[in-house]
Amino acid sequence: MFPSRFDLVVAQTVAEAVEAKVDAGEGGRFLAGGQSLIPMMKMRVAFPETLIDINRIAGLDAIERSNGHLQVGALVRHADVVASDATFGAVAAAAPWVADPLVRNRGTMCGSVAHCDPEGDWNSVLLATGADVIAQGPSGERSISIADFVDGAFTSTLGEDELVVGLRIPVPSGRSGGAYLKLERKIGDYATVAVASHLELDDSGAIAAAGLALTSVNPINTKVADAEVLLVGQQPSEELFAEAAELAAAAAEPRDDVRGTAAWKRQVVRTYTKRGLAAAAQQAEGS
Amino acid sequence: MEINITINGSDHASDVEPRTLLVDHIRRTVGLTGTHVGCDTTSCGACTVLMDGTPVKACTVLAAQADGSEVTTVEGLKGADGLHPIQSAFTDDHGLQCGFCTPGMMLVGASLIAENPDPSDDDVRWAISGNLCRCTGYINIVKAIQTAAARVAESSNGS
Amino acid sequence: MVAPTTPAEIGGIGHSVQRKEDARLIEGQGNFLDDIDLPNTLHMAILRSPLAHARINGIDSEAAMALDGVLAVVTGDLMDQHGLAWMPTLSGDTQAVLATDKVRYQGQEVAAVIATDPYIATDALELIEVDYEELPPITTPQQSLEEGAALIRDEKEGQTDNLAYTWETGDQGATEEAFAQADRVVTLETHYPRSHPAPLETCGIVADVNSVTGQATIYMTSQAPHAHRTLFAMVAGLPEQNIRIVSPDIGGGFGNKVPIYPGYVVATAASLLIGQPVKWVESRTENLISTGFARDYYMKGELAVTDEGRILGLRVDMLSDQGAFYSDAQPTQFRAGLFHVVTGSYDFGAAHINCKGAFTNKAPGGVAYRCSFRITEASYLIERLVQTAAYEVGIDPAEMRLRNFIQPEQFPYETATGFVYDSGDYPTALRTAMDEVGYEDLRREQAEARAEGRLMGIGIAHFTEAVGAGPSRTYDIAGLKMIDSAELRVHPTGKAILKLGVKTQGQGHETTFAQIVAEVLGIPANDIKVEHGDTDHTPYGLGTYASRSTPVGGAATAVVARKLADKSKKIAAHLLEAADEDIELASGVFSVAGSPDRSVTIQDVALAAYTNLPEGMEYGLDDVTYYDPPNLTYPYGSYIVVVEVDPDTGVWQVQRMVALDDCGVRINPMIVEGQICGGLTEGFAMSAMQWITFDEDGNCIGANFMDYLVPTAWETPRFELLATEVPSPHHPIGAKGVGESATVGSPAAFVNAVIDAVAHLGVRNIDMPVLPDRVWAAIDEAS
Repeated sequence: MFPSRFDLVVAQTVAEAVEAKVDAGEGGRFLAGGQSLIPMMKMRVAFPETLIDINRIAGLDAIERSNGHLQVGALVRHADVVASDATFGAVAAAAPWVADPLVRNRGTMCGSVAHCDPEGDWNSVLLATGADVIAQGPSGERSISIADFVDGAFTSTLGEDELVVGLRIPVPSGRSGGAYLKLERKIGDYATVAVASHLELDDSGAIAAAGLALTSVNPINTKVADAEVLLVGQQPSEELFAEAAELAAAAAEPRDDVRGTAAWKRQVVRTYTKRGLAAAAQQAEGS
Repeated sequence: MEINITINGSDHASDVEPRTLLVDHIRRTVGLTGTHVGCDTTSCGACTVLMDGTPVKACTVLAAQADGSEVTTVEGLKGADGLHPIQSAFTDDHGLQCGFCTPGMMLVGASLIAENPDPSDDDVRWAISGNLCRCTGYINIVKAIQTAAARVAESSNGS
Repeated sequence: MVAPTTPAEIGGIGHSVQRKEDARLIEGQGNFLDDIDLPNTLHMAILRSPLAHARINGIDSEAAMALDGVLAVVTGDLMDQHGLAWMPTLSGDTQAVLATDKVRYQGQEVAAVIATDPYIATDALELIEVDYEELPPITTPQQSLEEGAALIRDEKEGQTDNLAYTWETGDQGATEEAFAQADRVVTLETHYPRSHPAPLETCGIVADVNSVTGQATIYMTSQAPHAHRTLFAMVAGLPEQNIRIVSPDIGGGFGNKVPIYPGYVVATAASLLIGQPVKWVESRTENLISTGFARDYYMKGELAVTDEGRILGLRVDMLSDQGAFYSDAQPTQFRAGLFHVVTGSYDFGAAHINCKGAFTNKAPGGVAYRCSFRITEASYLIERLVQTAAYEVGIDPAEMRLRNFIQPEQFPYETATGFVYDSGDYPTALRTAMDEVGYEDLRREQAEARAEGRLMGIGIAHFTEAVGAGPSRTYDIAGLKMIDSAELRVHPTGKAILKLGVKTQGQGHETTFAQIVAEVLGIPANDIKVEHGDTDHTPYGLGTYASRSTPVGGAATAVVARKLADKSKKIAAHLLEAADEDIELASGVFSVAGSPDRSVTIQDVALAAYTNLPEGMEYGLDDVTYYDPPNLTYPYGSYIVVVEVDPDTGVWQVQRMVALDDCGVRINPMIVEGQICGGLTEGFAMSAMQWITFDEDGNCIGANFMDYLVPTAWETPRFELLATEVPSPHHPIGAKGVGESATVGSPAAFVNAVIDAVAHLGVRNIDMPVLPDRVWAAIDEAS
């Protein structure tokens, strides 16, 4: 299988890339890692007229902590996230389970976020940790909270000419922990069900902040807001997590498909929420 | 468009269509057929090459994206002093049967042992989990990569 | 294990000789189909039906033809003008090459583009307009056989329903009697789902037909080049002497590369019409949706048992989903493959098997995916049934087997379905595997785990396979008897070339077959070149599948080597001035009985064969043998799997997998173990994740490697291998064939292990693949 014809623009700066996108209009697509886009083009389900390759833009490949945030540039590959010392909690937990090792060498975290595949891992992690997406368009840079960014399956609120140039993930200042439990059928598969959990504890050991989000069980990655509200202010406990798990299970609206029945997927959400929160709490208590 | 890729140490300048996949460029334009194609969905890793030292699936990289890169294919594993340790270990440990996945497996293995001189069974299985093999059940591939690592470590200790 | 009789430098039977084929493969110098690059090669791409069932009202290829670089668009009508719109299948049916009337499954071939470049050929596919009139699809064999179901094969003369075949074996009366005497009847209904061999290299062809000379050189991914040559001659009407099939290095076959596919016929016809080589290499999606599926048997098995756990009889009803055409790759007389082996490893007197197959709107195929003609399904059924019976009777599943095994002294043993098993020691095999895994301790651990609310399961499968088809009195493919051949030439310097009718796809023929010659003649294995896959340069044979290379081709090799040994002894006698009958041959040295210092080597003899012969003897040292096996061989094994099941999610993981195989004499133990590990992995894959299914519209789910799940190194269990070695009494070197045993035997072991973990809850069946949701639902339902 081979892609159909397109024009290729190799951008050297973000401004050049954005300008090329303005010129290309609707038929233009940015190309970073290409690990989703190129297969879609080979299968001929995507037919961009112009590809704007951003891989040669300098300065977008850093993953580092700054101003209380984990900053991730548009050319940071999943493998860079795996290898980074700057990550924490759910981010660190999810990274090794994205795609497979070779795809991780090429695919980018920002590209995956922008792709908004409801079966993608990163948007759940960003929802749980309360991250922002940094976009740059013709009129400059703006920051969009991940909850506002994810709009639907494969759609975001990104402007037509905007490029995701980075992510800003708040780094907890106190004791914190996170987990990303993913049930996949094999390495390289999308999640059948995955649960991102994030907990911050105050000095008393009570939960000061909580994040919980689900992958592959709704039309978009889903933040379980009522469970987060439930958790905050409480001492971590098995009973509490079981209660949160019920809310997560209720928030999931999975479908029957070849991966399994809806009832079972909801059960996995329940189980993985319990286990994920317990793991996050344990990590936080030990931090 | 004009591109120039250094493949196994030699420069290859050519004029390619933007849509040309790196794997097709290597196989059809450059004529190195040791890199294989086993799927269309970036799943199997038969097309694995090293791009600037990092294993990637060449079916999911445009040739144009590799412009200016150094690419190593299976044909480039052998050095002036003979086979790469990964190559001889694959033979010694019966790490291949049909040989179709083997180039990709060896390149990933070579890249792994360059970073991790003593990989565990799990380390190796994790590293090759982007590459499919239908013949071996992986056991002997894992063994071969560990054998190669041990031999590399031994020869560097000895020198 | 039997110790090798030759020294390592000769490398005869029993030595783990390093593979000769590796040298080219580890340097990227293999020559696979897509690596073949003939001058002026054109590229073909195939337009396939997006619908499972539809009438074709018209095809407009004008825009595609107008595209720069496109030379031709081939449709069914064009093929029909040459009498090639339909072709015969290996099971006596006909199959559309390019659809003319209807499409009968998603992915069916509708048109083909021939272009200068594969990218352009793919572009052109998008420009072909097909006017389809949708018809309701039939997606299950049960639906297909319902009264009033739409007729899928409306073009087929005399076909008034969707029945593809019926077949029965065994003795119905005796079986009914056995059931009447039984204390209880144990029933299991299960589906062996559709699977696909999916070798890592897809299928392909480079057809190079010279329109002036008529010479057709056809490079193709073929497991059976000689049979394919003859079939090409019969189908396309080309004179057979002008057809040369070259099967280059093959990137795995597993049965997928046995049939002739429509793409091969179209590419060959296109090359003939255009006068240039035409290359077609399947995409992975094409491979998975249109070529050689396997399994898809709905089976109901019943065992008549006594309260003591003695099996008295077996009754099986089987319904197979054939897809749109009956194109199983199997011997003519066997309508449901070698399903006879369903009596397994057990001694009982009565069995009756009733099979039928139905057409559906799915891809045809019915290949034996890494097994000997549908043996996997049969082996799976009996091993699942015996396990079920153990639970019902209330005895341990291992004990159940031990009570019913055919005993070593009963061989040769004729089964209730008429197979004559050659040799075996089943109780020793199972007990050895049980000792290795620590069976009694595991059962104790299991009880403790249950008490803690954990689910642990121990699954056994003791399979018997029937391989090496086959005796000419019974076995043929499309009329061609299933013999195989070997031609051996020893050159004057004592080096040899061995030419085979079989063809490796990764099994290591170039090494193991040289070892057989090394064993007999004492020529070092490394001095013997093995040639195979090129019909102009090798003797006739039916090819490599059904684990038949060693049982048939290996036997031919041993026989031809022995013929040369006989002649060599005469030459040695002449050189040593001794009597023929006094010459003894061991590891390449011919000596005179009683005076071991008087000796010559095989190399001396080889030179003499061309320079210094006894009076009246013909020059040369070469011969050819066509081997007709007297019986199948019956390898077997005892597999034990230990799993842990997560009760909250149904996810299961293999903790241990002990696999004991007895394949008779092992030519190259390293290669044998490699074959077993590969087979176990495919068995695990089918039990856990690897299947092809369809939605109600007949859309294939499993059309690429994102949906058709091939396990990676991460999911694949670690295997612990054991061996016993009971030789086949009728095979010249006592070998039985091993390439497929593990795929045949292991799925039942994995599934039995998961069932065993939840059997105490009353669960008796979970269909493959044993997906976590199915396990969880079974637990949920039972409790």
